Amino acid sequence: MKPVFRIQRYSVHDGPGIRTTLFFQGCPLRCAWCHNPESQARGPRLDSDAVASESRALMVEIQKDILFYDESDGGVTISGGEALGQPELLMALLTACREQEIHTCLDTSGFGPASVLRGAARLADLVLYDLKLMDDAAHRKYTGVPLAPVLDHLKALSADPETDVWLRFPLIPGITDGPENIQALLTFAREETRFRRIHILPFHNTAQGKYDQLDKTYDLDQLAPPEDAAVEAVRHQFETAGFSAHIGG
Amino acid sequence: MRNDSLQRPVTLSHERAVLVTEFYQQRQGLDLGVSVQRALCLEHILSHKSIYIGEGELIVGERGPVPKAVPTYPEICLHSLEDLEILDSRDKVAYGVAPETREVYRERIIPFWKGRTIRDRIFAAMGDEWKAAFGAGVFTEFQEQRSPGHTAGGDLIYRKGFGDLRADIAQRMGRLDYTQDSTAMDQQEVLESLDIAARALIHFAHRHAEALEKLAETESDPARREELVTLARVCRRVPEHRPETFQEALQYYWFLHVGVITELNPWDAYNPGRLDQNLYPFYKKDLEEGRITEDSAREMLSCFWIKFHNHPAPPKVGVTAKESNTYVDFCTINLGGLTPDNRDGVNDLTYILLDVIEEMRLLQPSSMIQVSKKNPDRFINRTLKILATGFGQPSMFNADAITQEMILHGKSMADARLAGASGCVEAGVFGKEAYLLTGYFNLPKILELTLNNGVDPRTGKQLGLATGDPLSFKSFDELLDAFRRQVEYFVDIKITGSNIIEQINARYMPVPLLSLVTEDCIEKARDYNQGGARYNTAYIQGVGVGTLTDCLAALRQTVYEERTIPMADLLQALASDFTVNDLIRPKLLKAPKYGNDDDGADDLLTEVFEIYHNAVTGRPNTRGGVFRINLLPTTCHVYFGEVIGALPDGRRAGVPLSEGISPVQGADCCGPTAVLKSAGKIDHLRTGGTLLNQKFLPEFLGTDGGRKAVVHLVRGYFKMDGHHIQFNVVSEATLRDAQKHPEKYRDLIVRVAGYSDYFNNLTDALQEEVIQRTAHCNL
Repeated sequence: MKPVFRIQRYSVHDGPGIRTTLFFQGCPLRCAWCHNPESQARGPRLDSDAVASESRALMVEIQKDILFYDESDGGVTISGGEALGQPELLMALLTACREQEIHTCLDTSGFGPASVLRGAARLADLVLYDLKLMDDAAHRKYTGVPLAPVLDHLKALSADPETDVWLRFPLIPGITDGPENIQALLTFAREETRFRRIHILPFHNTAQGKYDQLDKTYDLDQLAPPEDAAVEAVRHQFETAGFSAHIGG
Repeated sequence: MRNDSLQRPVTLSHERAVLVTEFYQQRQGLDLGVSVQRALCLEHILSHKSIYIGEGELIVGERGPVPKAVPTYPEICLHSLEDLEILDSRDKVAYGVAPETREVYRERIIPFWKGRTIRDRIFAAMGDEWKAAFGAGVFTEFQEQRSPGHTAGGDLIYRKGFGDLRADIAQRMGRLDYTQDSTAMDQQEVLESLDIAARALIHFAHRHAEALEKLAETESDPARREELVTLARVCRRVPEHRPETFQEALQYYWFLHVGVITELNPWDAYNPGRLDQNLYPFYKKDLEEGRITEDSAREMLSCFWIKFHNHPAPPKVGVTAKESNTYVDFCTINLGGLTPDNRDGVNDLTYILLDVIEEMRLLQPSSMIQVSKKNPDRFINRTLKILATGFGQPSMFNADAITQEMILHGKSMADARLAGASGCVEAGVFGKEAYLLTGYFNLPKILELTLNNGVDPRTGKQLGLATGDPLSFKSFDELLDAFRRQVEYFVDIKITGSNIIEQINARYMPVPLLSLVTEDCIEKARDYNQGGARYNTAYIQGVGVGTLTDCLAALRQTVYEERTIPMADLLQALASDFTVNDLIRPKLLKAPKYGNDDDGADDLLTEVFEIYHNAVTGRPNTRGGVFRINLLPTTCHVYFGEVIGALPDGRRAGVPLSEGISPVQGADCCGPTAVLKSAGKIDHLRTGGTLLNQKFLPEFLGTDGGRKAVVHLVRGYFKMDGHHIQFNVVSEATLRDAQKHPEKYRDLIVRVAGYSDYFNNLTDALQEEVIQRTAHCNL
């Protein structure tokens, strides 16, 4: 198994500009709507030599689109899976990008060791941080992990002046789109953090094929994407509350 | 008017053929120099052809008796009765041929011209090697059915009327020096021919004025009467006098356009070059002086657009029912770019013209935007919004790269800044350069010949050099060297033919009217076809570089480096179209492919480029200029694919080659930035144009963010000196549906290769090819 299961060049939905997104293998969450189910299985354990050589190889790929990063104020996004699960490789890549003045985004669920997150967030230029469900029971039910660490880690990032975060909110009909959830999320973000930019990621039902390939069951196979008007209403709600709210990544 | 132009059927008109034949029958035996003869022939046509004035028209002048009635050019190439039958009856791109036309052809045109056309002269003059290579599909020949062209109008006509040009001719005539110059007599004759051509077009305009005045007398609608009176006044003024108003400038250009494409059938017709910049002073002045409003300017431009659409390309001869050809005549409009003093050339009129392009949504004229680093992003964004509607235009050009290309070609800085693109992607200095395309060159075919020791496997004939049995090659370099020698051999044959053809056109088919408006023909007192233009370039267009690169990458890896396929096995597999050994093709398909930013393949593209470039560039033509290379195919990659068997990239026999500098259809799998990076490794500046098509699904350009990313993509590619990029924005599902239900998609326009065409007009093979080009969608 490879530590990075996919490299996507010309990503334009994972942070600013034209980006190369690296999808790390392994994720502690089991989100019901996950559209990268192949990322869930644990990634390989790499020794330090393997990390170094893997990082070098990935940097070669990353450097290929420097021209386009420069043109568009883009860069690299480290996504997953959950990149916090492979801290050595994550830090090696963020360090190498920093040395080469390549802009980096860490796309994270926030669920991982606090120290790893803090270090990575400082090294990255921008963190894309998911807030999904604001009720612990619902969070456990639909993502498989408790809510508290996600919120605590976000508060910690907010307290660190060197970290910049764009919040991301997956809008999943019937799961995350309830008015109480949205209100709680909005209140938390406004009162407990200094972050005021949020991206609403509407559910899209394109993952079925992947689940079939992996022989996994996909509970949301019948779920329709939210109506445009409903998405816009949520966006408007955030805007009114003082956020810079965007649809899509 | 737009609907009339769209719905009116395309017909073939015998009017011009009759007038030309009549002229030569009357003049036979008269002791006239050929330039003067051609000028008088043009005058005869323009004095006798019917005048058409359509309802509501604000710009007048038609090449045929009515819109979309396409004339023929029997002095260039002669349609047989069988040709006429096929043109009339074929499903796609038909030209209606009336019984009367067939009668006229049988009785008068064919008997007079048979064996006496330029096409006949060309084929009689070509050697056996040329004919064998031409017949085998190693190259094509542009001038076998159409006269030399590939030229765009500059700013001359906005500065001078034909009256002024006649004064220049008289002044130049006064400087002829028979005591010192042995060619003075030839020069005098050319100058006389230019003067006759000027007189002929002025007279043609006056004939329109008379017809308009007559119509005005009986017109009951006062508004239309006013329009007719104004239009008559315009036709009395231009082209004789320098234009003063927006309408005069448009009408002047249009008379010239009709004149040039009536004189002969030059490649790419003719085109107005930088329309926004040329017209802007007239627009601004008229607006300030209250002569027009933004709306009336739009209306006039719409009328102008319809005029182009009324003029489909002249039909080919020797056609087969299968061959669809195209109605597109490659008239192009250039917008944006740089001004002659090197500033941002985008102005208010640029955006109005983009609106007109979007509203008219017509196949012709083709539109191109010139993008300089000095132009604003909103200019590209506005263009992307048009592309997002699924219209295959405008295409995008790198104005800064074109300027550099021109300077590298030895042009002055001032002239280089007047350059733009015409035809598909060909760069030239507007109004001052004759940049003739001579034919497509089938690079993968030459690899096939190399792998067969010069023998064409389709016929068993020795077509190329015997460069050695490939089994004897000890290294990849030996193979590449054999390929280089074959390329040089066929380039020599091609250039020999082209230089003969140039001279045939110089001696027998001068073009006085085109010469009149191309700088420096008057000063040099030489015809356009004799090297009268300031710059005289000839191009050979390389086709299939993507396919060729993948072939070489696969050969290098499998046969020479990893040695997983013995050469003998490979040759056997190719000969059998991969039917004998199942294991070979998968290995070939796994080799590095161009278009993925992988130097394993892209390095070979650079080698191929050098081989082809060095074989062609700098070789002298007969007009005082040199040959250069372009990398573009129009639709020739389909034909060229048909004449090649299986190739080492895993391509099966008969399949189309890669198109332009685009990767092999479906071979790129790392997204658009990787394709652009690969294509950026070509040294575009040493070409006269390269063509890159990218297909995007419509979702991609539907949002501000999506378009912004594409703007960055374009800017990034142009930073690498990429010459041209074109986006086809239509979903695969739509195209599949259009194949099944053509009647629902009559106006579906797609980018083919440097030009757009109605999807329904494409052959099945081309439709498939367009669909196969990878769609980039990254949601």
